[in-house]
Amino acid sequence: MWLIAIAQTLLFVIAAPLFAGVMKWVKCQLQNRIAPPIWQPYLNLNKLFRKEVLIATTTSQLFRIAPYVIFSITIFICATVPLLITNTPTTAIADVIVIVGLFALARFFLTLAGMDTGTAFGGMGSSREMLISAIAEPALLMVFFAVAMTAMSTNLAVIINQLALHRLWLQPSLIFAALGFILVSLAETGRIPVDNPATHLELTMIHEAMILEYSGRYLALIEWAAQIKFMLYAILFINLFFPWGIVSDFSWFNIGLSILALVIKLLLLMIILGMSEISLAKLRLFRVPYLLNLAFVLGLLAVLIHIIIEVG
Amino acid sequence: MNLALLLTITIALSSSAFALVLHYRPRILKFIFFTLLGTSGLGAIWAGLSVLITGQNINYQINLGFPNIILQFALDPLSGFFLAIVGIIVISVACYGPNYKQRPITLVSFFTGLFVSSMYLVLLAHDVFSFMLAWELMSVSSYFLVVYHHEQAVNRHAALLYLLMAQASGLLILFAFSILTKFAGSMSFDVMHAMQFSPISPTWTSIAFFLAFFGFGMKAGIVPLHVWLPKAHPVAPSHISALMSGVMLKVAVYGFIRFTFGLLQHIYWQWGSIVLFIGVASALLGVLYALMQHDLKKLLAYHSVENIGIIFIGLGLSLIFTSTDHPVLAALGLIAALYHCLNHAIFKSLLFLGAGAIVQHSHEHDLERMGGLIKTMPYTAWCFLIGCISISALPPFNGFVSEWLIFQDAFQAVTLKSEVMRTLIPVSAALLALTSALAAACFVKAYGVIFLGQARTRHIRRAHDPRFGMRVALGFLAILCIFFGIAPTFTISLLNIIPKQLIGTQLPNTHNWLWLIPISTKTSSYNALLVMVGILSIGLVSYLLVRAYFGRIKLRSVGPWDCGFGGINSRMQYSATAFAMPLRRIFQSAWSIREKIEKTDSDTNYLLQINDRIWQYIYLPLERFSFALARSFAKLQGGNIRVYLAYTFVTLILLLWVIA
Repeated sequence: MWLIAIAQTLLFVIAAPLFAGVMKWVKCQLQNRIAPPIWQPYLNLNKLFRKEVLIATTTSQLFRIAPYVIFSITIFICATVPLLITNTPTTAIADVIVIVGLFALARFFLTLAGMDTGTAFGGMGSSREMLISAIAEPALLMVFFAVAMTAMSTNLAVIINQLALHRLWLQPSLIFAALGFILVSLAETGRIPVDNPATHLELTMIHEAMILEYSGRYLALIEWAAQIKFMLYAILFINLFFPWGIVSDFSWFNIGLSILALVIKLLLLMIILGMSEISLAKLRLFRVPYLLNLAFVLGLLAVLIHIIIEVG
Repeated sequence: MNLALLLTITIALSSSAFALVLHYRPRILKFIFFTLLGTSGLGAIWAGLSVLITGQNINYQINLGFPNIILQFALDPLSGFFLAIVGIIVISVACYGPNYKQRPITLVSFFTGLFVSSMYLVLLAHDVFSFMLAWELMSVSSYFLVVYHHEQAVNRHAALLYLLMAQASGLLILFAFSILTKFAGSMSFDVMHAMQFSPISPTWTSIAFFLAFFGFGMKAGIVPLHVWLPKAHPVAPSHISALMSGVMLKVAVYGFIRFTFGLLQHIYWQWGSIVLFIGVASALLGVLYALMQHDLKKLLAYHSVENIGIIFIGLGLSLIFTSTDHPVLAALGLIAALYHCLNHAIFKSLLFLGAGAIVQHSHEHDLERMGGLIKTMPYTAWCFLIGCISISALPPFNGFVSEWLIFQDAFQAVTLKSEVMRTLIPVSAALLALTSALAAACFVKAYGVIFLGQARTRHIRRAHDPRFGMRVALGFLAILCIFFGIAPTFTISLLNIIPKQLIGTQLPNTHNWLWLIPISTKTSSYNALLVMVGILSIGLVSYLLVRAYFGRIKLRSVGPWDCGFGGINSRMQYSATAFAMPLRRIFQSAWSIREKIEKTDSDTNYLLQINDRIWQYIYLPLERFSFALARSFAKLQGGNIRVYLAYTFVTLILLLWVIA
């Protein structure tokens, strides 16, 4: 079973750039633009890994360690999130609260690396990132609480099994939780309307401002980690709220079924996300807290509905 | 073990006696004093651990010869655990102290020895009289340590405020004990504990509880009684701040646990909800005030308020679950709180000692004047980083474990009957999440501005790592942060005996040494060791892979991106004020903020003043009221001797009338 867990993690890591590429392709199709090939992110990563690395003179050792730390934490989270099969031994290592904590740890190092550049851009990015995460984290926890309460467990595998096997319909509390989760993950993964990954103006950037000084292989690691994180949130959303098709134990037939279901769900999600991204504009920074407060309220409503209607 | 205990106390007391004797030989004094202090710390850990392992209580009685007063001391698992915490920090302070500059070494050593021994005594005291004696000794000896830099008026004011509030807290505690003494008919803790079904009315129990809660809470620094803490802690020498913030606050928490779980017979859920509410308020306000601080030691002091809040959240949950008859969950809350006491003692001492090293070697208190210290003080920087990660409650370090346990406990609130509680506890958990996210923001700010980027002043550029003893202390505490982070089951299996004695239940599933399972495998599990090993090995593998394939590609040092304008200097970095500005704007109602831009002919000045609202709304009116009262009494003093004679005469008549 440990082998399957490792294979699943590797699949996560390898598929993440593809996911980002397809996402871009979908968005381009919706905007009537000619899309780059869907494997373009792999080419980019390859190019970055081979490029000369420029290190700013103001930085310290921490700046060079941080990419590895961020990359390995993100991969470790992949190991604990069920992708195709739920019953893997690694899911017991970390429950949802630990996963939130691990994301925060990766962010801690990313923001420190931003501060390490000793320029205004790095600090600006770090400051904004911490602002958004500080408000997103309680909302995320509230959403997870709502989901965990329906399964009486904070273990992801147990939650997903419970939701997949016993309730095929969506409970009202889960609908609110799902809406809240979407808002939080938009903020956490730096998508429109919170941050624009494609922007070229430093003053409006958050994630890109922090990593402005990175180049070469360090940038590649960070970009890859960001793609994995994006995919992680997509998988979490799908497997928590639409777990149909995910299987609990290993067999080749099961795996095939699971992959098929996952691909269809991911494509649907990407089309919806693409639609929302092309129709929304980026929010002003000080509007973002309203969005995240809405997410918190949705999470709170989910918990309340669960407590009052579904249990009591 | 008896011996260890006796030795601990005697050695600690004798260290302070030595300080007086050897005042003309500061070198020898330093050596002997800190050796003795360290030995007493070892003894404390030994005694504490052995009582935690064996679970056997030890009792002593000392007869002073006065009628009715027999000093009783006892060592049970609860006091043993706190004794071990004190021991750990005392050892690291003893390593740190010799290289830390303290000018009148005699006095500082004398009061430090007294302070440490009084903390041991508070933990061991087993009747009201000896408890209050040790408690007051602790308050007074620490007052003299706070007033150490007495040349500056600000420090004298801080120390006076500290003494005032310490005395007020002592008074409240005394009242609380007097209620129990009255009903038990004895001052002994054993007798109070034994009056199992004696009829104390709910009203009196509640009064006693709240007196004790606010009394101990004032010393521990809960909101709104925290105001002395950010003023008093920063002005003491850094190793004393570590002792005060890391340990003395824990002694107050110990007092609260002893009083509530050990002495009171019945616990009502309303108390738990109030403790929970105040805990959440302390945690949140503590971290918000810390965010706005630019004085390193003040920032750390406000974080103590935050962490005490987290401890009280755990205790509040434990009280709620005890009163609603969920003993396992109550044990979980208590263990989470105790574990957080240990963790906070370790990482807060680490941070205060690190701050002391920075202040000693760079002569700067103000974050805005630091920067780039990781290049000149690398050892301190990496130890401080471990402390920052731990206090921000990030896995797999120690602060995370205790918060995770609190989250697990809060999550189990679904099992409660009351719908209000079922709703409010998850909300308080979400606020706890907000607190830890803000703490992370605050420490990114602090660490980034202190250690990263470019140096902002000349002193900072010349700083260097501290000497050997200070390094040992920092390294020791940093290793403990990692150890208690990745070996939680080991610690919890030791702690388990405390709820067994106090609540009567202990946690199941603690035999498994690798997996931390608070309720059951189905509910949740956490394996900190595997998280650590997993992340490290993935990091190593990816590093080796990258090096193997792309290692030959050169790195080139260039200046940072300056948009093509050139001339980036250290003043263009993000400052601490700038970093916290977005959060200041969003949570602006939490502080009273005064912003002013002054324009003169030559330059423009930006003034920002951020004040504690609680100080403004509660303490300032109180101060004004007491001054007004004093002034109205002053009117009696006319200065005319005939009036004074009249006063004397009237008083005499009144007294005669009363007596007759």
